[in-house]
Amino acid sequence: MAALLTEPNLASPDDFYERVIAAHRGLDDAQSATVNAKLILLLANHIGDAQVLEQAIAAAREDVAPAP
Amino acid sequence: MKTYQNPTYPYVRVPDQDAAPAIRPVIVVGAGPIGLALAIDLGMRGVPVVVLDDDDTVSVGSRAICYAKRSLEILDRLGCADAICARGVGWNVGKVFHRDELVYRFELVHERGHHRPGMVNLQQYHLEEALVNRAREVRGVELRWKNKVIGVRPGRDRVDVTVDTPDGPYSLSCEWLVACDGARSPVRGMLGVESEGQVFRDRFLIADIHMKSDFPPERWFWFDPPFHPGQSVLLHRQADDVWRVDFQLGWDADPDEERKSDRILPRLAAMLGPDARFDIEWASVYTFQCRRMKRFRHGRVIFAGDSAHLVSPFGARGANSGFQDTDNLAWKLALVIDGRAPEALLESYDAERTRAADENLRNSTRSTDFITPKTPVSRTFRDATLQLAKRHPFARRLVNSGRLSVPAVLADSPLNTPDRDPDFPSGPGAMVPGAPAADAPVSGAEGPWLLRYLERGFTLLAFGPLPDDAVAALARAPVPVNVVQVDAPAAPGAEAIGDTEGLVASRYAALPGTCYLLRPDQHVCARWRAFDLPAVAAACARATARN
Repeated sequence: MAALLTEPNLASPDDFYERVIAAHRGLDDAQSATVNAKLILLLANHIGDAQVLEQAIAAAREDVAPAP
Repeated sequence: MKTYQNPTYPYVRVPDQDAAPAIRPVIVVGAGPIGLALAIDLGMRGVPVVVLDDDDTVSVGSRAICYAKRSLEILDRLGCADAICARGVGWNVGKVFHRDELVYRFELVHERGHHRPGMVNLQQYHLEEALVNRAREVRGVELRWKNKVIGVRPGRDRVDVTVDTPDGPYSLSCEWLVACDGARSPVRGMLGVESEGQVFRDRFLIADIHMKSDFPPERWFWFDPPFHPGQSVLLHRQADDVWRVDFQLGWDADPDEERKSDRILPRLAAMLGPDARFDIEWASVYTFQCRRMKRFRHGRVIFAGDSAHLVSPFGARGANSGFQDTDNLAWKLALVIDGRAPEALLESYDAERTRAADENLRNSTRSTDFITPKTPVSRTFRDATLQLAKRHPFARRLVNSGRLSVPAVLADSPLNTPDRDPDFPSGPGAMVPGAPAADAPVSGAEGPWLLRYLERGFTLLAFGPLPDDAVAALARAPVPVNVVQVDAPAAPGAEAIGDTEGLVASRYAALPGTCYLLRPDQHVCARWRAFDLPAVAAACARATARN
């Protein structure tokens, strides 16, 4: 089974982090949400592997309890 | 309506109304498309059927309009697809627009070499009329109009029914009662059984308009078009220059106001332009539900079509799944009534068709979530997908304006014999046990299409020669098996066909010696790389619950 990579894999983590925040500059919350959704869809298609995506979704939901 | 006048089928008093109740093999409740198809199928299999309908005409307004390739193949077997296809509008291409840009184009059938097109659009009343005409030709089918079922008492050996008529009520009994009485199924109510699921909080306006136009026969779907901002619109062409327009209105719309023509006309004018000349034939405001009964068989009462399961219209999975219900049920009921298969065979109707209903519900619910996002985040992803679809091919595959009806592959059916030869392909479209037989061009006495040769009960489709005594042995079996031989000198009693374009062999991944066993509903139930009489007999026993 293909495993989701959770060890460091970004060559320049600080650059990436800055870049993703900068991508939202000048946007309101709704626009930011659209950009995030597009980013998720683009990356998901790039990854392709359903098992990896499933593990990523599960990892994203970890520590986020349903709203009361 | 300008283009159609509903026929009136007269109520006729019958001897049953003056006699002690007779026990009929089958009563079908409801002369809609599904009830009529079932009655024709049973009649053609030699089972007498009484069809009870509370009305005296066909559908008022066009309602269901899309009949998928598999339904047309079933209607072919029932002897009425030619009339339906001749009258209807065949189409194969769907287009999806976001605002005023084309974002996605799909084809229903990607390959040539099939008798029937991907879809035929036809008003429900035309379809029902063709079915009524056919039902009247089939011996043993009795249609009783203005016969309203007002009581159902299921027993161990029979079902007693009370029927109200213009002359007052009478009693009738049957061995099996099939409720094809629609979404609100009075029979379901009388039995006190539920259908569970969810109501979608959205309203839609459907308007059938009469308009001369050379617009292509394609399905066009718009998300957020300039002429109806923020909502979706669907356009279909039907017969007689009638067009179906379906406007999403939102949950807050007032259904009584929206069906008034002074509300509909401006919507249509905005869509079709100020110069378009059209008349409204019929209009209705609807909401929809996705739900199904837990079980489709309750002892001697069996449910088929909308009474058993309901989906949204986006996907044309209502009537089309109903036809697959009757296709699945008729031969089983005929064998059980004939004493050639045990009642257990009917349990497979429940197993196979509840799974198929789940597949339809899953597809329909997914489409609905895309068309009518229920949460802000769902809407965000929907809009993100539509934005991406303009530039990126991958996102076009995510755009979901309805995944159109394809026949269920009954892959987990207890009636299937699993493959023992490992080299058969099993991917999408493969003729795995449970798959509906693919059509292909052939030559032979019954005409140029393969499915024609697979409609007389169980059939062994054999590629290559067979032992001389095999055909006779299969014909003598408790449930007889017909033999069709492809590109081989036919054994005595077998039917020979030619694989004129090689498409039978390629669609069935056939090698010399390959044999397929097909059920009377044309689903594959077993396949082998070489003929083996005991294996065929065992597979046939399994497919009729005699194992």
